[in-house]
Parts: sequence; structure tokens; C-alpha cells
Amino acid sequence: MAYVISDLSKYVIAVFMAFYTYESFAAFRGRNEEKKEGIYTRQIICMFIVHFVSFAAICLETSDLSYIIFYGFQQILLFATIALFRAIYKDASRLLINNMCMLLSIGFVMLTRLDFDRAQRQFKIVTVSLLLGIAIPYLIKKFRFLEKFTWAYGVVGVFALAIVLILGAVTNGSKISYSLGGYTFQPSEFVKILFVFFVAGMYARSRDFLQVVITTAVAAVHVIVLVLSKDLGSALIFFVVYVAMTFVATRNYFYLILGIIAGCGSGIVAAKIFSHVRVRILAWQDPWSYIDGSGYQITQSLFAIGTGGWFGMGLYQGEPTAIPYVSEDFIFSAVAEELGVFFSICLILVCLSSFIAFIYASMRMKNEYYRLIAAGLAVTYIFQIFLTIGGGTRFIPLTGVTLPFISYGGSSVLSTLIMFCIVQGIYCIRAEEGGRDGRKETEE
Amino acid sequence: MAGKKRKNDREEALTENKAPKKKKKKNRNRELWIITYVFIACMLAVIGNEIYFVYAKSETAVNNSYNPRQELLASKNIRGQILSADGETLAQTVRGEDGNEERLYPYGSLFSHVVGYSTRGKTGVEYLGNMALLNSNAAFGEKIQNEITSQKNIGDNVITTLNVEVQRAAYEALGVYDGAIIVTEPSTGRIIAMVSKPDFDPNEIADIWDDLVADESSSVLLNRATQGLYPPGSTFKMITALAYYRQNGGDTSGYRYQCNGSFTNNGHRINCYHGSSHGSLDFQKSFEKSCNSSFANIGLSLQLEGLEDTCEDLLFNRKLNLPIVSSQGSYVLGTDAGDYDIMQTVIGQGKTQITPLQLNMITGAIANDGIAMKPYLIDRIENYNGSTVKKYEPEKYATLMTNEEAAFLTGLMEGVVENGTATRLRGLSYTAAGKTGSAEYSENKSDSHAWFTGFAPVENPQVCVTIIVEGAGSGGEYAVPIAKRVFDAYFSR
Repeated sequence: MAYVISDLSKYVIAVFMAFYTYESFAAFRGRNEEKKEGIYTRQIICMFIVHFVSFAAICLETSDLSYIIFYGFQQILLFATIALFRAIYKDASRLLINNMCMLLSIGFVMLTRLDFDRAQRQFKIVTVSLLLGIAIPYLIKKFRFLEKFTWAYGVVGVFALAIVLILGAVTNGSKISYSLGGYTFQPSEFVKILFVFFVAGMYARSRDFLQVVITTAVAAVHVIVLVLSKDLGSALIFFVVYVAMTFVATRNYFYLILGIIAGCGSGIVAAKIFSHVRVRILAWQDPWSYIDGSGYQITQSLFAIGTGGWFGMGLYQGEPTAIPYVSEDFIFSAVAEELGVFFSICLILVCLSSFIAFIYASMRMKNEYYRLIAAGLAVTYIFQIFLTIGGGTRFIPLTGVTLPFISYGGSSVLSTLIMFCIVQGIYCIRAEEGGRDGRKETEE
Repeated sequence: MAGKKRKNDREEALTENKAPKKKKKKNRNRELWIITYVFIACMLAVIGNEIYFVYAKSETAVNNSYNPRQELLASKNIRGQILSADGETLAQTVRGEDGNEERLYPYGSLFSHVVGYSTRGKTGVEYLGNMALLNSNAAFGEKIQNEITSQKNIGDNVITTLNVEVQRAAYEALGVYDGAIIVTEPSTGRIIAMVSKPDFDPNEIADIWDDLVADESSSVLLNRATQGLYPPGSTFKMITALAYYRQNGGDTSGYRYQCNGSFTNNGHRINCYHGSSHGSLDFQKSFEKSCNSSFANIGLSLQLEGLEDTCEDLLFNRKLNLPIVSSQGSYVLGTDAGDYDIMQTVIGQGKTQITPLQLNMITGAIANDGIAMKPYLIDRIENYNGSTVKKYEPEKYATLMTNEEAAFLTGLMEGVVENGTATRLRGLSYTAAGKTGSAEYSENKSDSHAWFTGFAPVENPQVCVTIIVEGAGSGGEYAVPIAKRVFDAYFSR
């Protein structure tokens, strides 16, 4: 019977996910937030149905009371988040709150299905993160002097990455994490944010050639330390974010082209120097020839996506655990296998909707500092998604980064949450700015 | 009215005051827009790639023994049947009283290679249609019922393009010889029959497996029709003829040769088959009689680049892009080869190797105005009640030659049947065209593989047959009679 429910449930889930996705783009039409009340409400309903039906299938399959209780806790957390943000921050982007909760709920569903213990750990981390996060928009709005510490962000960032390089634990050949009191941190997840603040601060002051050179030098130190730690995914993210922010700030196409050339060039050099880069490129070009070794992960990921097909195998009906590191690096493939490729495309579109919401905040900011922060965070967010999903679907070589909000990993989920909350803060600042402008306009 | 007036006011305000301001604002974010579009494009490309994979690539990708989901499906569904195009069961799974499943092949060794087996790895249609056979598209209500009563669903059936009568005729005609026969429909690429010998009974695969694997000399498990690599023998003269035709701008009328049974160049000698001398020959006659001396003479006049290009057009030296497991034909003469190697190669000896499948595709292209169709074995997938789940349509593989070139070769091959080495196909209820070959494969000159490849009827080709009989003798004597029996079976279907 459980099979029938999960077989039916996948269609219900797909349909409501599609509705949700549609609304997450409909929300960009028009500027009157009051008129969009209906959209946000419908989104919350869709989110509730997707989450509920998924857990109904999970509970029927497992026949375990603890899953129902777990579902109840999640439901409380998600609705509390939506309600609290709405009550405290009238000017926050409700689309972004909804998207955040939608992605978190998909993450809970998938992690529960893959590994119940990990799902519970993840839930605890998310709860704590949300408690911290809800203060962030207020702090961003209040502490307008953040710009003063620009150099501190750069120095602390490099320092944190260097500590990992020297003392960090080796995971799969890369030094990316650092253990502290039983918890494992991945500092690069947080340094990403500091880095965006650093670059934004530098360019908000001046955009002349010397400033660009200094900023480039510091950015290069970040990237080199990451490359030495063999954390190539993060190195790539830092590099792309830096090039994008430099282009937006200086408005100089020369830097953009130079950045692209430098990126391609160092990619080729990296492939020549580092054997682990070469291995990944070979495994990407022809995974079937290396199916026993370096191509194993990607072929298993493709099996999952391909066997699942458009509407998936249904929760618990597939075999996503056959993919190594499925809950960290390949959760997208697990989603595609069991909930369907159609659902997974909706998921990508929801991420894209969040990216556009980030950019929207940036475009409407007059203050250059916050404008650059929002743009930098937007690029950080979407490029990481590009790397992980592109890698899992064999569009690009694997880099081993997480899917924000959905993959297992405390550092990843906390840092993404901080990013979303910072952008919410910028929405609030913008509302203040806009409010002053608005008064001025009426006076005129 | 009031609303309209206000709108007008607003438009004026826009054009007068706000327009420059607005423009400036747009400019301010131009770089941001560029970045945004770039990343949106990246993500859409990721989505497009995923859709492409699932739509076009996943079917073959997931059919891999490394995919653990196959066992998952096998535990839920009973493997479906494999049927012939005329509705006969070629493979089915039956459940015994004890619940054990057994795969049965009612025709025994008749379809051994082409249908294959599914318990020691998967081969043939059992491999090609594996995911469909494992899946079940039974009615939803029935699946629910099965779920409640904890029964397995019945898997989907694979309906092949194979015809039992033609397969039987080919199988029996090959008789006790080792070799392969492949029968296709040139306009579609449908494979009507495919025989490879020595064969085995797939019903007994578990018992005979160890012996078959241990026996390295006869390679029983190899499907010679698709994986067997043979010297093409005189069938290669089709390719030499095409290269000559191309080099001479389509005009072969000036060619004359006086054959006295052998051709000597710089002390190297090429003999005609059994040393027979063919007398005065033009190009057409040289081909009809399959005159080695004349073709060695032709070969020395060829530009080797042109011959190499022609071979590459005809699918040599690359992996065939087919789901069917096949070997790669090789042509290795190079462009600075010595005269003797050239003389050997252009008559199909030398180091050239070809599979019956590739030769069949070339012949099919000649019959089909130069276009090779993709050979395929699965016509459609049905659920066990007979409603179609998926239908496979004929697909073009590649254009191997022009319409005129195909017509030229057809003319040559028609002459082979009318006046040449395949006259046993003359004067029948259908017209045929083809080329024989006797490929010497060892130093002992008397041993040769008998080849025939051809099609019928000439005016409207419906069937294309390629035959190799290992160690039998000449193509005209041993392969052509087999071709006749296959053609007869096809046209009396």
C-alpha cells in the first residue's frame, strides 16, 4: 500500500511544486506588494501540501511514529519562521522567506528519506541558525558602520582559510574542515560572506586602478590558499564572485574580459599541474570508461536521474544511497531520482527565483556598498548551485560543493541562511531609502 | 475620464522630467543585468542539459550492469516477454510452484545470439530491451491490487523486428558451418534475421556457461554478425570500385584490361581465383567476374587519400554509433603503402577487417540511394495487455554515398547476378544484386571464407542480406545458395 501512496504522491508533489514555482516568478510582476498577498499565500499553501504529502509517503513507508513527530516539529519551525519574519520585518522580501522555507522543507524531506539521524541533526542546526538569523536583518539595518571593518574581513578570511590549510582535517583528499568541540566547521562557507563584504567595502571607497590591484591581490591570496587546500569548488566560487563584483563596481568590460581569460588560463594550468583536477576532467569527459574508479560517482548520479525519469520512482522506491556522498554532494540526483526530473527542474527554478530576488535587492539599492554586497551574495549563491547541479548532471566536471539549504551540512546551511538574512536586511534598508525618496518626491 | 487624464499627465511627466533620470538608472544597473543574464543563461543550460539527458541519453545510460536499480526493478516486476514481429514468443519468464522464476527460450538455439540471455550478464535483445523488460506499465489499478496482495507486476513486452520464418531459413541454410547471416530492410534498418554460428541453447546457459567461457578457440558466445571481424575478400571491390568511380568523376568507360590469370608488379604477383584467366575486360566485367588481376591493376592507379576517404565514408575506423554491441571495422593501408600492400588491400585481402553488420549497412545504403539507416532490433514496447508504451521509428544513420554512386554500384552488382559470380540468383521470381567474396584467411591458400552481400528486388529493394560462411570456399558456391534460400523465405513469407 505504501508503494501505491508514494507512486501517487509523486504526481501530487510535482503538481504543487510546479504551482509554487510559477508563483515564485509571478511575484516579480508589478511592484505593489499588497497585491501580491495572494501569491505569497498560495505559495505557503503549495509548500504545506508538498511537505505534507511527502511526509505522508515517508510515514506510510516507515510506519514509525517518530517520523510523524519529526514532521510536526518541522511544520512548527517553518510556519514560525514565516510568521516571525513577517511580524518583525514588514519590508523583508516575502518571496525570499517562502523560497528559503520551501528549499529547507525539500531538504528535510530528502534527508529524512536518506538518513533519519542526519536529518535530525540537520533540523537542530537549522533551528539554531534560524534563531540567530532572525536577528541579522535588524543588525544589518542598525549597524551601518560595517563598512569600516573592510580590511578586517579580508584579513580574518585569509587567516581562517590558512588555519584550515595548516591544521585542517583531510576529507576526500581536500582540507576543508576544522573540528571544534565535536562540531566540524567548514570555514570557507563563512569566509565566502566575509569575502563579499571585503570586496564590496573596497570598491565602495574607490574604484581606481590602484584599488582594483589591491583588491585583486587579496582576492588572489584567498583563491591560492583554497587551491592549496585542494578545495577547488570554493576557489572557483571566490574567483567568479570577485570577477563579477569587480565588473559591477568598476563597470569596466576590460576587467571582465581579463577575468574570463585569467579564469580559463588558470583552469588549463591547474589541469596540467594537479593530477586530481585532471582526474575529474577525464571522469567528466568519459565517465563510462572510468566507471570502476573516478567515474563511479557521476555514473551513479546519472543512473539515479535517468532511472527516475520525468516523475521519479517515488519516495523510498529508488536507490539514491548507491551514490557515494549522496546527502552532501549529490542530493540533487536523489531528488531527481525519487521525486522526478520535472520536480528537480522546478527546484532549479526556485533557486533561480531566489537569485533574481537577491539581484533585485541590489538593483534597487542606491548605496553602493549594500548594492555590491547584494550582488556579490547573489553570485555566490547561484554559482554554487551551478557547480553542484551542473556537476551532478555531468554538464561540467565535479567540484564537490553542496546544494544550499538542501544538502546535509551545518556550515553550508548556516552560511546560506546568513546570506538570505543579510539580503533581507538590505531589503529593509532599501525600504528606508525608498521611504525618504518617496517623501522627497511628493514634496516636489 | 479622470483616470485617463491622470495617465496623460503621468506620461508627460515621464517624458519631460523623469525620462533622463530613468535612463540614468537603467544605465546604472547595466552591468548587473549582464551578470544576471549570464547566470540565468548558465542555469537554463544546466536545465537544458538535464532534459536532453533524460530525453535522449538516459535510456541507454541506465541499462548498465553497474546500475543497482535493475535489481530493485527485478524484485518488483516479472521480466517481460520478447516477441518476434509476427507475434511468436522468443523469450519469457515463468514462475514455478515454488515461486522461482525461470527464463525460457521456446526456440532454443535458433535465436541464441540475437535474443541473447539474461542470467550471465545480458546480451542481445535481453540487453537492448533490458530496462523495458524490467519495467511494468500494467494498469494502475492492477498494480494497486498486486501491491495489496504482494504480487509482482508483469513486466512490459519487447516486440522485435525479427521474423521467425526468415530466421529459421537463414539458420538452416548456414547448416553446419560457422559464420553469420544478417538480414535487414534497407529502407528502414529493421533487422529481420540475425544468425551466428556456432550457437548455443540459452535455456541451458547455466549448465554450459563454464564450458563456453573456457573454450577460447571457437568463441561460441561471440555474435559474429555484429562482432566478428573478417577480411572482406572480394566484397571490398565494391569500395575499390567506388573510389575509382569518384577519382574518375563518375566515368569508368575508358577502362580496359587483359587478364591472363595473374597480375605482376615489381616481382609481386596477384592471382585470380583458382588462377582462371578472364580475358578482355572493361570495368563492369572486371567487377562481375571479380577479377583480382584487373582490380590490382585498378588499385595501383588509385590515389590512396581517395581510397582512405571512401573507406572512412563507409564507416571504417570508427565505432558504430549504435546501441547494438558491435566491433569496429579497420582499414589501415595508409597513404604511403607499398605496391604489394595496395594490390592486396584493393581486392580485400591485406589487413582490412570488417564485420558482417558494417558490410550490411554499406549494402543497405547502396540499395537505399546512398543512405544507411540505423539497424535496429526493437520495434516497440508494449505492456503485457498489448497497449503500446513506446514505438521506435526508423532513423537515418548516415549518407554514405550519393544517389548516383549508389546507382552505379547497383548496376555493377546487378551484373554480378546476371553474368558474374552470383548467377545462381538469376532468373528467379525476384531480381537480385550483390557481390560475392572469398576471403583467404590463412597461409594455406585453399581455405577461404565465403561472402555474399546483396539485396532484392533490384528495382525496389526490400531486403538486404549479408552472409559469411567460415572456411567453406568460394562465395559464389557456398554463400550465394544460402542467400537464395533467405531471399526465397523472405518473399514467400
